[in-house]
Amino acid sequence: MIALLIRDLKLAMRAGGGFGLGLAFFLIVVTLVPFGVGPKSSLLAAIAPGILWLGALLACLLSLDRIFALDWEDGSLDLLATAPLPMEAIVSVKALAHWLTTGLPLVLATPVFGLLLNLPLAGYTPLILSLLIGTPALSVIGTFGAALTVGLKRGGLLLSLLVLPLYVPTLIFGAEMARRGVAGLDITTPMSMLAGITCGTIALLPFASAAALRVNLR
Amino acid sequence: MSSIWEYANPKKFIQTTDKVLPWVSILSALALVIGLIWGFFFTPDDYRQGSTVKIIYLHVPSALMAINAWLMMLVASLIWIVRRHHVSALAARAAAPVGMIMTVIALVTGAIWGQPMWGTWWAWDPRLTSFLILFLFYLGYMALWAAIENDDTAADLTSVLCLVGSVFALLSRYAVNFWNQGLHQGASLSLDKEENVADVFYHPLLICIAGFVLLFIALVLLRTRTEIRARRMRALLARERMG
Amino acid sequence: MGIEVSDLSVARGGIKVLEGVSFKLAPDRVLILRGPNGIGKTTLLRAIAGLQPPLGGTISCAPDSLVYAAHADGLKATLSVVENLTFWAQVFGTKDISPAMAAFDLTTLADRPAGALSAGQKRRLGLARLLVTGRPIWILDEPTVSLDVDAVAMFAGAVRAHLAGGGSALMATHIDLGLTEADTLDIAGFRAKAPAPDDFDGAFL
Repeated sequence: MIALLIRDLKLAMRAGGGFGLGLAFFLIVVTLVPFGVGPKSSLLAAIAPGILWLGALLACLLSLDRIFALDWEDGSLDLLATAPLPMEAIVSVKALAHWLTTGLPLVLATPVFGLLLNLPLAGYTPLILSLLIGTPALSVIGTFGAALTVGLKRGGLLLSLLVLPLYVPTLIFGAEMARRGVAGLDITTPMSMLAGITCGTIALLPFASAAALRVNLR
Repeated sequence: MSSIWEYANPKKFIQTTDKVLPWVSILSALALVIGLIWGFFFTPDDYRQGSTVKIIYLHVPSALMAINAWLMMLVASLIWIVRRHHVSALAARAAAPVGMIMTVIALVTGAIWGQPMWGTWWAWDPRLTSFLILFLFYLGYMALWAAIENDDTAADLTSVLCLVGSVFALLSRYAVNFWNQGLHQGASLSLDKEENVADVFYHPLLICIAGFVLLFIALVLLRTRTEIRARRMRALLARERMG
Repeated sequence: MGIEVSDLSVARGGIKVLEGVSFKLAPDRVLILRGPNGIGKTTLLRAIAGLQPPLGGTISCAPDSLVYAAHADGLKATLSVVENLTFWAQVFGTKDISPAMAAFDLTTLADRPAGALSAGQKRRLGLARLLVTGRPIWILDEPTVSLDVDAVAMFAGAVRAHLAGGGSALMATHIDLGLTEADTLDIAGFRAKAPAPDDFDGAFL
């Protein structure tokens, strides 16, 4: 399992691995928002938590189809499936690798992007905390979507269509937590809901992803 | 020995529905005509809402069926996963577009009703938002069916999606409630008498709901028959190619 | 240890292609599957490897004794030869990759990224993976594609060494490997018959 994780991280770092693309996409979204809504600081500050959450979510979405597609194309997914690793472990490791290469960098970059959007000082901790808790769920849910669409040509758009509705609860609680943090309100309720969703998806969704992947490999 | 699983045989299913389908269709048409005419022309206007209240006879039944159609798909998907009856998978596939149309009817009638009442076509109210999300789930489900060529693979994957989607749809419902308190009135039909609509509106509404349920059954039976025949045709073509 | 397949039927794309396939593969034996293109050799091998469930029949073999090599080698272009092999060694819980490197003459290519190898070299690397796994039963799908004469001999040598160590191999190939001791099975005789028209309404397959 650790070997698979290390291999996936190595592949992401090397040429053509796509590491940092999500981050660049996030930066572009954040740069474009002021062009769309106007440069007024107070307005930007008000929408900053939502924009940062949405940007992180879209950046995450962008890299989902790579989770299985490359291994599918070169045949290593078949070989992994016949290796002595349970399919559930494979999808969990894939999701973890996706989070480490996409979710975690986004979380770490958020303070800088918050600056660009004039995020109030009180908002930083809750926002980063909400992303830290919420992005693993995005990766796990996305892995499920990738497992469903792995065999399809041009599956990218379908993947977005399948995954985005599943992202709704995570986005609502994550953005709500960040918003309440900015407003100086109590964040315990959305935080515990968000943590609950993340724990639940990490615990249960790999079984569904593994089932979907097995069907797709037959 | 006769058991319910006999109807999972496509041939048996077609034979049975040959007899059942006309009756269901007639009953559905009857209930809808009676319910809607009664509702539209023989009930008083509401003292606050005026005649706009009468859109309830389309709005509530379609909203109910929008949710029940998904439930039916969930049950059919489970049957497919557990017992692998092809008719079950095809029935789930057949129900999806019907459920989606019900969702659209609920949304559109809701907008038409909301305009005079709340002064807006659309508000990000929890119920409205939930239905919009439900619509997206239907869309994704149907897109996945359409995208996969192999019928059994498609049935398996859409079943998994339906299961996972159900959990997330429920989660979304609670999340949306938490996110915004709404304008929408409480349940139109509930066991709590206080909250219920008045009796004059209640009886025609029940008939309309029965009509929608029957309409849904008729449409799903019809579409399942079509899916069975389409599937059989694909199998025949495949066999021909095999030689 | 070996494989015993009895009355197996498999489907491809929802259509039954083979039925009644039965054979036995004893340890230290090679069984070569032959048959025209499209007969279902790959499908049969995938079913035996456990990737797709058979329609009927049984496959019995010891657990964790199979290793499968498909048409595609499953190599990562940006990882070097050593990294590719080491990864599979770790997945299968084995340590030493040098015998596999030597058997397929990959030692001089050790640090070359797999993407920079020729087609034949890639294939050799893919086959070296079999040795690395340490599994006794090899399931091979067209193992000699794009190998030159020398490399085919190299492969035949590896198979012989594998047999000598008590292993066995099941492969689909058209090329004569010079393995005189190999058994062959022509699976054209197991082609599935079209289902009778009257039970066709009852099922879709």
